[in-house]
Amino acid sequence: MSETDASTEDRPSEGMGAAVSRDEDVPLLRGEGTYTADVSLPGTAWLGICRSEHAHARLVDVDTSEAEAMDDVLAVFTGADVEDSGVPNTIPTAWMLPGLVTPQYKILAVDKVRHEGRAVAAVVAESVHAARDAVDRIDVEYEPLEFATDPVEAVEADLPPVHDDAADNVAFDFELGDADAVDEAFADADRTASVDLRQPRLIPNAMEPRAALADWNETTGGLRLWTTSQNPHLHRMLLSAGTLGLPENRIQVIAPEVGGGFGSKIYHYPDEAITAWCSMQLGRPVKWQASRAEGYLTDCHGRDHVTSAEIALDDDGTIRGVRVETHAGLGAQLSQFATATPSYLYATILSGEYAIPAIHCRVVGAFTNTTPVDAYRGAGRAEGIYVIERLVDVAARELELDPAELRRRNQIPPGEFPYETAAAVVYDSGEYERAMDVALEHVGYEELRERQAELREEGRYLGIGLANFVESAGLSPSGVAGELGAAAGGWESSIVRFDSTGTVTVLVGTADQGQGHRTTYAQVVAEELGVSLEDVEVVEGDTDRIPQGMGTYGSRSASVGGGAIARGAREVREKAREIAAHQLEAEADDLEFADGEFRIAGAPDRSMHVQEIAAEAYLGHNLPEGMDPGLEVTNFYDPENFTFPFGTHVAVVEVDPETGEIEIERYVAVDDCGEIINPMIVEGQVHGGIAQGIGAALYEGGAYDDDGHLRTRRMDEYAVPHATMLPDFETDTTVTPSPHNPLGVKGVGESATIAAAPTVVSAVVDALEPFDVDHLDMPITPETVWRATRGGE
Amino acid sequence: MAAHDISLTVNGTEHRLTVEPRTLLLTVLREELGYTGANFGCDTGRCGACTVRLDGEAIKSCLRFAVQADGAEVETVEGLAPEGELTPLQEQFREHHGLQCGYCTPGMVMTADTYLRDAEAPTREEIREAIEGNLCRCTGYHNIVDAIEATAAKRGEER
Ligand code: FES
Ligand code: FES
Repeated sequence: MSETDASTEDRPSEGMGAAVSRDEDVPLLRGEGTYTADVSLPGTAWLGICRSEHAHARLVDVDTSEAEAMDDVLAVFTGADVEDSGVPNTIPTAWMLPGLVTPQYKILAVDKVRHEGRAVAAVVAESVHAARDAVDRIDVEYEPLEFATDPVEAVEADLPPVHDDAADNVAFDFELGDADAVDEAFADADRTASVDLRQPRLIPNAMEPRAALADWNETTGGLRLWTTSQNPHLHRMLLSAGTLGLPENRIQVIAPEVGGGFGSKIYHYPDEAITAWCSMQLGRPVKWQASRAEGYLTDCHGRDHVTSAEIALDDDGTIRGVRVETHAGLGAQLSQFATATPSYLYATILSGEYAIPAIHCRVVGAFTNTTPVDAYRGAGRAEGIYVIERLVDVAARELELDPAELRRRNQIPPGEFPYETAAAVVYDSGEYERAMDVALEHVGYEELRERQAELREEGRYLGIGLANFVESAGLSPSGVAGELGAAAGGWESSIVRFDSTGTVTVLVGTADQGQGHRTTYAQVVAEELGVSLEDVEVVEGDTDRIPQGMGTYGSRSASVGGGAIARGAREVREKAREIAAHQLEAEADDLEFADGEFRIAGAPDRSMHVQEIAAEAYLGHNLPEGMDPGLEVTNFYDPENFTFPFGTHVAVVEVDPETGEIEIERYVAVDDCGEIINPMIVEGQVHGGIAQGIGAALYEGGAYDDDGHLRTRRMDEYAVPHATMLPDFETDTTVTPSPHNPLGVKGVGESATIAAAPTVVSAVVDALEPFDVDHLDMPITPETVWRATRGGE
Repeated sequence: MAAHDISLTVNGTEHRLTVEPRTLLLTVLREELGYTGANFGCDTGRCGACTVRLDGEAIKSCLRFAVQADGAEVETVEGLAPEGELTPLQEQFREHHGLQCGYCTPGMVMTADTYLRDAEAPTREEIREAIEGNLCRCTGYHNIVDAIEATAAKRGEER
């Protein structure tokens, strides 16, 4: 168990499994990283966006005259101007569901605003100050309408709908699983237990606010856009096919350093579209940077689920069935994955680590007068695992069984993989009990239970919580996703190229936001080609350099991006082998490859280094008959299945019922993400994930007030945890390779966020058992605890 | 708005410039002088991404107007180590994986660097308190605390 750092003795030096320090760190530590806001072009004008102050209102008039007359203001545009320009003006949803209502999502609002913060008008000015001043002078006359910010109220109350084509505010009504089988399971089972819960909206708060710099070239008809993007190629496609209608081959999207994303920078927002559109109108570079307040109001929020869930079990603890009904708030517009997140990403993980014969889930996706809701770290899987883990805890109470023991009795055994769940997915591999045992042993579970009993005698309340999780990662096999409604593929693309002097350049379509891709991908190449890390350059985040890609989200980079790189590198190696065989006058099959050297088996002095072969490949003087010169491979890797990382997290808390304060004494995480490329980076992902999960459990939680205004709109109202709010973390890993991934990796970007929220809630509720508390909704604040220990007053 | 002439010494180089009274020190450093190490994260003093040293003290440069810094000595993250190198603290951040996206990092490093001047053998709890004003959304802080702790420990050994 490593508590402070990931260095392990005896580690490989550079390839797979080595805890090498990150290549990206030196410039970042010196303040030399180039983020979007750091890019400057001569003659840049600044964009300011006028945003709705109402949750729901008719736009009676948008008077821009005063703003236009101000010094240094170049232009002011409204939704009508964008419409009149003839661009397609549609931010599309990227995932269709049966019966889905898809109201048009325009760049700037026309006629109506449907959430606070909706972009209404845009000012372009010579300076950021002038732009902001002018925004304040735009006179918008609103006719306020009744609104709903809660997904249940939106559907059930009789209110003017968010969109006329969804009179009851239902965007979709989704079902997964076998309802009859679940009814039967519930009828036959010895016991049932249930929980009603809410998962409040979370606001991502990447430390770098979103930003864009657009540079339109009237002469060439080309657009260059720097933006804070997790998927520049997706942005390129959506700008082309959705908002601006420019040919895709005239758009260059550059995502330089990106300061965190966590989902919020996947999406195509009105903001970068209007930035680009304004540059096209004015023929000047235009720059926009969100203020933190704009970030709270417009970065897609996450979660917002209201759920009733039930579980049926036999007296021995065998789970027979699970039934879930959820209202999911989608916000006022459908962001790209808003429909996939609460449907397929959620319902398909409800089996958790357990063999559950019957599962049924219904999700009502509701339009609400709020900021659009979409994937935030853990997306869908976090909500689903939370539900099943809360159910298991509640059931353990009902059965008077230890919660770890109940879990153990239902875990899918290792021999059952690949395992098809009743929630329509096939888990690739797993050793669930092993990871749980490592976690329980590390934390000293048995002794803790004893200590808990002793402390209770003294009137102190220790809580031990655990959660098991499975995550569907590695988004996604294109065919499967397509059948389910995806409007984009799930492959990843790489180019692995030996340069003529022996260095390797790797171009890949994922896009880093802090994960350390340049380092981990280089390790993969070093492993496959036997070159040193220094000789490998990994390039991401520029659509003009990297022809194709899908980006970084859904814990996909290591498995799908890494898969594309590994396959490309292997093909490069095979071509090199052919050249070596030719020049060494041997059979290709007789060549052994190690440390970058092709050797004739049994004649060790006859060999060629792969870098020497690269030179030969470009020289082209002496290649096998019919072989083209060059040593470069383009690979598209479309995974055959999702990967399914898993693990067990345990938290130990002490709760003070007098003050309601919660102290996390220990936090132990055991993650299995398959093969590990760089343990240091895996550990870092786990740490950050835990922080966001603890944040959700105890501190965060976006809320609207009775006037439809976001009540948590600043950093002092929505608590992004700071250093004293989090404990030290104790982490470990087990390794169960993915059988279908070229590297055996599963991905780890979201795991810990998925695990940490149910773990901490489990621990607090466990501490409060003597007060008959079975469940508390997140965030569990001191006030929540204080009330709960007083019977909920 | 009346403009003001000010002078600022940044990482040892003196700059004279004319600014609007409401222009933030952060904006001047980034937009006028090209020191883009300090980042804009909230502009309300809550995140610390903009932390620089002003006359030896770590401050949030989004909370100062440039005119308030007239005549001051400013140090930014760019000035800590010679070109292409890292300070021992920066080295420890790298060694302990104390940064991911790097956006909070310049501010975090400036706060920690300033703190370590007077902190002898700080406890982890004390380190956490010292960096409380600097938010990081990526790392969960554990490795940042490790980096700072290790820097203090190494320095202790060298004494
Ligand atoms: S930008 Fe200064 S504290 Fe956040
Ligand atoms: S490293 Fe990303 S915010 Fe700290």
